[in-house]
Amino acid sequence: MKFGVCVFPGSNCDYDTYYVIRDVLERDVRFIYHNETNIKDIDILILPGGFSFGDYIRPGLLASKTALMYAVIDFAQKGGIVLGICNGFQILTEAGLLPGALLPNINGRFICKDVFLRIETNSRILTNKLKRGEVLRLPIAHHDGRYYVDDKTLKEMEENDQIIFRYADKEGNTDDEANPNGSVSNIAGICNKEGNVFGMMPHPERASEDVLGNHDGLMLWYSLIS
Amino acid sequence: MKVRILIMPKEGLLDPQGRAVTELLTSKGYKIENAKVGKVIEMEVDDSVDIEEIAQKYLVNPLIESYKVEKK
Repeated sequence: MKFGVCVFPGSNCDYDTYYVIRDVLERDVRFIYHNETNIKDIDILILPGGFSFGDYIRPGLLASKTALMYAVIDFAQKGGIVLGICNGFQILTEAGLLPGALLPNINGRFICKDVFLRIETNSRILTNKLKRGEVLRLPIAHHDGRYYVDDKTLKEMEENDQIIFRYADKEGNTDDEANPNGSVSNIAGICNKEGNVFGMMPHPERASEDVLGNHDGLMLWYSLIS
Repeated sequence: MKVRILIMPKEGLLDPQGRAVTELLTSKGYKIENAKVGKVIEMEVDDSVDIEEIAQKYLVNPLIESYKVEKK
């Protein structure tokens, strides 16, 4: 099993992600640059966080039009596993691989803090090592994390089991107070209908080792490789 | 030909920048409401260029934005 970590100008969580895969998970991994198109050797693709192309026009837009992303779209349409974290999630919505969009946070500010997430499903490969209703603590660090989708699509996503995480308090209550950025229905992470493309605003790669004070992200990586 | 694409947050979507502008100006005593902050992209284009295609395919996200094109 080989991972690929996509690198765009302005990606800044690429090394953290690469490190977790290589040193913590001990899996084969390579960087893939934005102008590459041959990704045949890759089994799981990660789009890391950062500010690809300076977030110009809209976060993720310019990255979603690169040669690499056209190859990623092809990879995903053939069933390849893709996980977008933070800016990676924004790139996937801009590329049309995930429904909805990520808007500026409701308070107009960059938010950098730990949040609690309730696992909404464990029937998808990103969370199959976790229990439904279980609560994880993971960091967020974003300015544009307010997930938006129209009511009709949201209903379809709920029926298709596409909501993976919701922002919650540590007891798992998903009320407005636990919603850091104004996301629709407290949504923090989703997948596509087929269940092979995932997007999440929190950063599991920043919480995968005890030395960092938090390893709640590890179970997501273990789920992915199981 | 010079064209301008004006991109605005879609009606009904909360625009935090617009809200901040509204709050600033009302706090200064101006009678204004519903300020919205959008973007302008201006470019020189050949007459053969389909500017609507550029806007829809590359620059505007129709889920969250509306736009109009001005030609000069």
